[in-house]
Amino acid sequence: MSSTKYILGLFDDPDDMMHGIDTLQKNSVPIYDVYTPMPIHGIERKLGLKDSRLGYAAFMFGCLGGTTIFSMAYFMLVHDWPMNIGGKPAFAIPDLVPITFEWTVLFTAFGMVTTFFYATHLFPGRAPRVMDFRATDDRFVIAIDAKGSIPHEDITNLLKQAGAVEVKHNDRKYVSYE
Amino acid sequence: MASHSESIIREPLITGTDITYAKITNDVLRPVENMPGKAWWIGFSVASLGACLWVFAVSYTFWYGIGSWGLNKTVGWAWDITGFVWWVGIGHAGTLISAILLLFRQNWRNSINRSAEAMTIFAVICAATYIVAHMGRPWMALFSLPIPNQYGSLWVNFNSPLIWDVFAISTYFSVSLVFWYTGLLPDLATIRDRATGVRRRIYSVMSFGWSGSVKTWQRFETVCLILAGISTPLVLSVHTIVSMDFATSLEPGWHTTIFPPYFVAGAIFSGFAMVQTLLLVTRKVLGLENYITMFHIEAMNKIILLTGSIVGVAYLTEFFIAFYSGGEYEQYTFLNRFIGPYWWAGCMMYGCNVLMTQLMWFKKIRTNIPISWVLSIVVNIGMWFERFVIIVVSLHRDFVPSSWAMFYPTWVDLSVFIGSIGLFFTMFLLFIRVLPSIAMAEVKLILKSSSEQAKKKLIQHGDLDREQVEFYKESLVKFDSVEISDYEKV
Repeated sequence: MSSTKYILGLFDDPDDMMHGIDTLQKNSVPIYDVYTPMPIHGIERKLGLKDSRLGYAAFMFGCLGGTTIFSMAYFMLVHDWPMNIGGKPAFAIPDLVPITFEWTVLFTAFGMVTTFFYATHLFPGRAPRVMDFRATDDRFVIAIDAKGSIPHEDITNLLKQAGAVEVKHNDRKYVSYE
Repeated sequence: MASHSESIIREPLITGTDITYAKITNDVLRPVENMPGKAWWIGFSVASLGACLWVFAVSYTFWYGIGSWGLNKTVGWAWDITGFVWWVGIGHAGTLISAILLLFRQNWRNSINRSAEAMTIFAVICAATYIVAHMGRPWMALFSLPIPNQYGSLWVNFNSPLIWDVFAISTYFSVSLVFWYTGLLPDLATIRDRATGVRRRIYSVMSFGWSGSVKTWQRFETVCLILAGISTPLVLSVHTIVSMDFATSLEPGWHTTIFPPYFVAGAIFSGFAMVQTLLLVTRKVLGLENYITMFHIEAMNKIILLTGSIVGVAYLTEFFIAFYSGGEYEQYTFLNRFIGPYWWAGCMMYGCNVLMTQLMWFKKIRTNIPISWVLSIVVNIGMWFERFVIIVVSLHRDFVPSSWAMFYPTWVDLSVFIGSIGLFFTMFLLFIRVLPSIAMAEVKLILKSSSEQAKKKLIQHGDLDREQVEFYKESLVKFDSVEISDYEKV
């Protein structure tokens, strides 16, 4: 029994890597994840990832922000301490447009980014889970869980065929841990 | 998609012949991973001296009150608000580059957005310090926020543009910061994975555990797109609201309905000039000529020309409306810009902003680096004088001639202003020392489609329209980072 936990196919070109994904999928090798130094469009469709729902979160946070400041301003200017400014109505809606807009944007931005960080487990000081150090530099890495029944040599050969510049058999899942 | 190749007639966004993904990382991270050179130390020493002057002058203001400035009963706003509007305006280019150009899919933004956004953040910090300083008693800044207090509660007046401004500037600053930092995460992870020891620890904390997996990138792109979508109206609203600080008053020279678009155009104008001032030096000193190319410089100069011309049209409109309104105070205010005691400030404003930028119509000037650099500084001098003219020259002669007065800056006014420039450059120099000044991930994205080497390969492959290839080769002549002789054989 080999001690390999993950097999990594390292590509130096995004198109070769896309080809690698196709080759693996044609041979029914399940892909664990793909790590790239830049966003490559089209992988998420190949891997069958659903669209991000962050847009819905952003919309809800925006609604919350707008409602919050508008209600605050209503309470302060109309209910709690109405001011008589030349006999004009205390509830001057056009004057509330700028602040309502600003807080809509503010809540959208912070709410959405916080949701993104929460969903993706990003926060200051989180131990980085890196499978290969060059995946943030110049290597496009396909990671395959070695637990499956497919012989490791077959996976290696498939990756090599597809144009991988290097194939690694890692004993540890993450190389970034001490 | 990475393999998408674009039309040959588009100019390359990355020049150089042996650019690989690894080379991009190495080139961009050279100043971060190595000790800075002599130029950096000289710049940093001078800038931090300026920052010290700023600390001293602002502390002096807090200790003795704003009586230490040259203000008087007639001119109650002067260098403080001039400086504030100037800095906020400079900040606008960063958001324009990062948000509006993203929505318009302008790929040339990819190599300048990071440093332009950093510049935005530092400029808004400088602007905000002016606001706190001009309150005289800085702890009173708390009263501009709608928080319960012991006076009733006495709430802020949401009918006032000054309160809108508090909301606009604080939202603008925090949203820009979030946008900038989110974009930095992948690049911080790159530094982390190359570093060792303490540096690795620090960048590890800063990169939030970024891994670059498919799902992370997918969410990242969604977040960036939505942030760009909301930052676009935000940046326009910010300077609109700044202009309303003036436009909603009854002061001749201030209560102008064209102020919002006029201020927004002016802001983008001065902001791009500052980006140009910084990047023309940065690209040379850090050796980034292959990424910030002549195409970028010319494109920015074209935006400066466009926005400068919009500002010019706004100036003409103002004069015409003053004449056409028949209001004698309004007419006097505009005449006073040329025949009053501050005529020289008016000349600086109109000369630097309108006359000098019209030189950008000439391609020779747009693509000449030293001239572009000088012009970018001229623009910012002009834009500072624009705010000075609008604020001080309008105020100093109001409705009642007995209250007419002059404004003379004191050494504190001067020190706060010079100091704030020092503060800005200190922050910028620290930025290029510890963070990647070019968004590496985004530049890598366009390497296969828009680089000079990719296009050269296309030409060598043949079967392209000869006329288009000739057109492309001609467009390369202006680039200072392209070896034109390489193209003789292909």
